[in-house]
Amino acid sequence: MSVPRVDPLPTRIPGRKPLVGEFAFFVIALAWPFLVGSYGTGLITETLIFAIAAMSLDLLMGYGGLVSFGHAAFFGVGAYALALSGVKLGLNPWAGILIAVVTSAVAALVIGYFCVRVSGVAFFMLTLAFGQLLYSGAVKWRGITGGSDGVGGFARPQLAGVSLDDPMYMYFACLLAFALSLWLLRRIIGSQFGHALVGLRENETRMRALGYSTDRLKLCAFVISGMFAGFSGALYAIYNSFISPDALSFAQSGMFLLMVVLGGVGSLVGPAIGAAVFLLMKQFVSSHTEHWLLIVGLVFICCVMFFRSGIYGFLKQWRERGARA
Amino acid sequence: MTLLRVENLQKSFGSLNVTRDVTLDVQAGEKHVIIGPNGAGKTSLINQIGGQMMPDSGRVLIDGVDATRLAPEQRARLGLGRTFQKNTLFQRLSVFENVRLGVQARFGNSFDLAQKADSRTDVNARAREVLDLLRLTALAERRVASISYGDQRQLEIAVALAGDPRILLLDEPTSGLSPAETGQLIEIIRSLPARLGILMIEHDMEVVFSLADHITVLYYGEVLASDKPEAVAVNERVREVYLGASI
Amino acid sequence: MDLVVSQLLNGLVYGLLLFLLASGLSLIFGLMGVVNLAHGSFFMLGAFIGLSVVRYTGSFWWALVLAPIPVALIAAAIEVVFLRHLYKRDRTDQVLLTFGLSFVFTDLVEWGWGKDTFSLSEPESLENSLQFLGGYFPQYRLAIVVFGLAVALFLWLLIEKTRVGAMVRAGIDDTRTAMGIGLNVPLILTTTFASGAALAGLAGVVAGPILGVYSGVDVEVLIPAFIVIVIGGMGSLKGAFVGSLLIGIADTFGKAYMPEASMFLIYAAMIIVLLARPNGLFGQAGSQ
Repeated sequence: MSVPRVDPLPTRIPGRKPLVGEFAFFVIALAWPFLVGSYGTGLITETLIFAIAAMSLDLLMGYGGLVSFGHAAFFGVGAYALALSGVKLGLNPWAGILIAVVTSAVAALVIGYFCVRVSGVAFFMLTLAFGQLLYSGAVKWRGITGGSDGVGGFARPQLAGVSLDDPMYMYFACLLAFALSLWLLRRIIGSQFGHALVGLRENETRMRALGYSTDRLKLCAFVISGMFAGFSGALYAIYNSFISPDALSFAQSGMFLLMVVLGGVGSLVGPAIGAAVFLLMKQFVSSHTEHWLLIVGLVFICCVMFFRSGIYGFLKQWRERGARA
Repeated sequence: MTLLRVENLQKSFGSLNVTRDVTLDVQAGEKHVIIGPNGAGKTSLINQIGGQMMPDSGRVLIDGVDATRLAPEQRARLGLGRTFQKNTLFQRLSVFENVRLGVQARFGNSFDLAQKADSRTDVNARAREVLDLLRLTALAERRVASISYGDQRQLEIAVALAGDPRILLLDEPTSGLSPAETGQLIEIIRSLPARLGILMIEHDMEVVFSLADHITVLYYGEVLASDKPEAVAVNERVREVYLGASI
Repeated sequence: MDLVVSQLLNGLVYGLLLFLLASGLSLIFGLMGVVNLAHGSFFMLGAFIGLSVVRYTGSFWWALVLAPIPVALIAAAIEVVFLRHLYKRDRTDQVLLTFGLSFVFTDLVEWGWGKDTFSLSEPESLENSLQFLGGYFPQYRLAIVVFGLAVALFLWLLIEKTRVGAMVRAGIDDTRTAMGIGLNVPLILTTTFASGAALAGLAGVVAGPILGVYSGVDVEVLIPAFIVIVIGGMGSLKGAFVGSLLIGIADTFGKAYMPEASMFLIYAAMIIVLLARPNGLFGQAGSQ
């Protein structure tokens, strides 16, 4: 499959001027836990964690034009790496996070090496296959991964002297992680690599004719994306103190894809919004009706059919229309 | 010096011979034009030189290096630049960004993840130079999709030139252009760096004879004649093939 | 010995069930270029509708005949209302649409029938076992083999030997030219999608007694179906047939003799084929 249609598309790569909206966001984000209880805080914490994974998929999909249906593989690898390093090796979660990022980078390197060699539908299928491969590994390899029972029982670490068991501190830690991820990804997108990645998405033939090693560019994007997904997975494992093969499932990969499309492919911030909307919607809908899947399916279909640039794209167009009026 | 050499190139699709024992070379500073009726295999030849298509046999030598089995990007790094018959640009990006990417390929570092691309003033400066050379400066911030076809054709050359190639392949650069635009393009091609070797496919005989230092005539994949323009113009076999054409 | 034979039979049964599912998927991809992630949902719908038909009429045979019809109609509606507008767009959008649809179907099925696992009984006439080759084989499974092969033969004849088949093949090879010579391509597309869905629905009913009827069955069968068409070649009926039997037998033997590794090996096989021959064993180049 070739490039997903992304409108509006920046002719300049974003990363230059932060929007006013972002400052507002961070102000609210800092005040949030004081406004809501620990349950609301926990919900947003989870949102921030998934937002990192969604943004990393956007790097690959929105900016690189590579649609992966196996993103959960790296999320899960990171999560398991953290969990197992704690439970089996007794390492503290900080080392665990480092291990998670490295492990998912290696996994992305290996899987990416094969995936970038094919394109279109074959690429999509291959990412799906690898995702399933790792999922089946997690389920069957009971000795190491605990099978479908998963791995649990590791405590949250301490950060700067405070325990992350307190939902508020955990929240701020994840907010920091999210901010850091957003900043890093922005920088990457604004770098020469980021520009090359967009070029790759726009016209691979032209890129090759210009002398770019397109395979290596794709692989690099794959690895970076995988690393952030692994980081997100590690945070997820810490947050839940538990991890199961579901984190690697086809359904999970689909959820990430959903978040990116819902939020707005190729906007980086959009997928973060998509993650938030998705999880909040799930919470809200689930408490009123059983038909969460139906709602999310319909919203998603709506997005694909009518709002292809997602929530972020829609808001941007709205603002532009307002500015013109 | 010989920048490009094609030796006994052969390519067929089943029983269809698109390239039959083609041999030619391009010298530094030379403008070598390929002409021939439709279906003569001109674009296939360019694609085999560019790396978009692999020949069945024969050799392609870029600056003395055997590039026959190399991928397009590897050939670009040997100093080959090319335009395509159909505009192969980054439609949704700006004119400036298109050229900038061409410059970055050669002069930038595409695996630099940290430094902002904008701070590479050398890359940006060169991009502006190329835009000036191709008279596209006024359009720099416009989206490619929004500029005229003629301007896109010029941009196609600008992008190929951005990486400072030593040999440039132009596939029908004037196709679809108005007479005025064609005239401008001829001037631009004449003003390109003198040491550049150019191999171009062209249909417009006026363009051919005003630019060419050397002409190769391709007919059903075969070289019918390869000589100085004056000699080709009076060549009997060429006249037969181009019956009625104004040579 | 008869353990091997019975496993072979089971593998054949599973393989032919997969074929019923994968053939539709392959045709839909070959002709429409659509990667139909809702195909498992059609299977599931067929199974549930079949369940209701059996409850209402008491007859498995009626379920077999009637269940695919609403599935085909729903699929046709989807093609006309949603899919048709996405052809000029990127393929990703089509995949995403079918993915969203699978969510909708899962929920609707749970809404209509509940989240339990239901059993669909095989027809009374096929409840016994037949004795041959030194073992007892359930009649129903033997019937599936016969039925599956019959459908394969029918499809092959339809595609290769009839005018309708020629039109479909023309559409697969070159849609623009097909339209150019006056074939009603939109109608062909809708019919293909509906037919593929009907096949899936049929497979759902046939597989009911063996795999069970529950709301997660769509994912359970979708992934193997994709493995089949990737290995066999997307857009190739022959590939779907060969691939299904290979996967069916490999999976059955794998589960019997190497349960820990079987899933893993099958995915590994899919990956290897994708890398060596991105178009599958019998796929056509350019079907992407």
